[in-house]
Amino acid sequence: MTEEIIIAGFGGQGVLSMGKILAYSGVMQDQEVTWFPSYGPEMRGGTANVSVIISDERISSPILHEFDTAIILNQQSLDKFEEQVKPGGVLLYDPNGIVHPPTRKDINIYKVEGARLAAEMGNPKTFNMIVMGAYLKVKPIFGMEKVKKGLEKSLPERHHKLIPLNLEAIEVGQKNMETVHTV
Amino acid sequence: MGELRLMKGNEVIAEAAIRCGCDGYFGYPITPQSEVMETLMNRRPWDETGMVVLQAESEVASINMVYGAAGAGKKVMTSSSSPGISLMAEGISYLAGAELPCLIVNVQRGGPGLGTIQPSQADYFQATKGGGHGDYRLIVLAPASVQEMNDFVDLSFELAFKYRNPVMILSDGAIGQMMEKVELADYKPRWTDEEVKEVSGSWAAIGKSPDREQNIITSLELASDKMEQNNIRFQAKYQKIQENEVRFEAIDCDDADYILVAFGSSARVCQKTIQLARAKGHKVGLLRPITLFPFPTEEIKRLAGRVKGFLSVEMNAGQMVEDVRLAVNGKVPVEYYGRMGGIIPSPDEVEKALEQKLIGE
Repeated sequence: MTEEIIIAGFGGQGVLSMGKILAYSGVMQDQEVTWFPSYGPEMRGGTANVSVIISDERISSPILHEFDTAIILNQQSLDKFEEQVKPGGVLLYDPNGIVHPPTRKDINIYKVEGARLAAEMGNPKTFNMIVMGAYLKVKPIFGMEKVKKGLEKSLPERHHKLIPLNLEAIEVGQKNMETVHTV
Repeated sequence: MGELRLMKGNEVIAEAAIRCGCDGYFGYPITPQSEVMETLMNRRPWDETGMVVLQAESEVASINMVYGAAGAGKKVMTSSSSPGISLMAEGISYLAGAELPCLIVNVQRGGPGLGTIQPSQADYFQATKGGGHGDYRLIVLAPASVQEMNDFVDLSFELAFKYRNPVMILSDGAIGQMMEKVELADYKPRWTDEEVKEVSGSWAAIGKSPDREQNIITSLELASDKMEQNNIRFQAKYQKIQENEVRFEAIDCDDADYILVAFGSSARVCQKTIQLARAKGHKVGLLRPITLFPFPTEEIKRLAGRVKGFLSVEMNAGQMVEDVRLAVNGKVPVEYYGRMGGIIPSPDEVEKALEQKLIGE
């Protein structure tokens, strides 16, 4: 199994940490992983993206130009990465702020109202875990116990009290994933 | 098995330094390697192992602090990125001239000048052919994974002390910023004063005992005949390094008709390229130099007797390709493909270049 993922959105949306939690969950089930961020002048409000590869085998190139899954959190990222999803691959997006929804017919498209659901949970910071939950509904590559371990490993200990909230957010995402189009 | 972590290449350099008993780090921040010192400062090794971590006022100061501490037989290092390494070039030449062991990490970014903060391999010439003045060589290691960022720190110090020579880890922004699974080494204690005396007492400035002459650390020798003798000794040492320390990884080379030659990040891209090429029925292998100096000349020469051509894949305008051509010596075609300015080539475009430049002929 090899899963090549791009997660893209605004800085501050938790793009990099979502990638890190996915990568650590892979480590927890003895898989090979790479996490490669766009780095540089990105900051809160600018665009940010990270590619994550999770594989049973040694990973060759950590730098990719096409992906099995794109997790898209703003319009700029959709414009850039929709065409980089492999035919038959997955595009998951949050429709909040999306004016031009994805149009490809040869990929599987799903959405999750992450921003709205996070607001309903009363904590906008749960946004990235809601989206990750929706992703794990589409592609259940890890069991929840591995995700919990991934959270424990990637969050500093002082934030461990937030793990139950994060797990709850993941569940909300899993329940609210909507299918838009399948091949 | 050692402790497993998910870490950035830059963070691992810092962690590996602490764990291998490094005595001191002197540096000055620059993107994309600032996490090295950031991690060291957060880890506070001075409380744990006694390792000194010092942010100097400049790169020039950093490298001269390395010179001073290395002269006292200590295991010391610095790290920077391309423009910062240029600033250190004078000090590196002095370290080589005074035959001082140390580790210099270059997490390369695109140049020339201030250039870009994105990954590049455009400092190959600087690392392997000088950079500073005079006839000297660094031992240059090129990690292609976060695990190798870890492993090469300890290896660098081992080689540096074995040959009394500066060692460079030539990495780039991609390997530095990327997180991968890494198995950390167990802790080695720092050398005691007694151990320093045992390892380096014959040359290091550790205090003169009555039973021997002074140890003088200098690269200066005004008498030409003596300076020539020094140079002859250095060259003999570099020759010995070339004979004993060549390291490379050969992937799918045994049955290959064409060989990609690539190091560091480019080699990771090329691993995918050979999969793509083989899926199309082309027998392609990858030779990945791990030491850039000494360069795996003999292995390339050996392969040149058997394969149809080489493609050197680099994130620069074609630097290592010169060493590949010297090794192949006209036997078969040697082509270059690369991107510059912080662009990382895709596995597809390398595969297309291979078909256009070599296979298609």
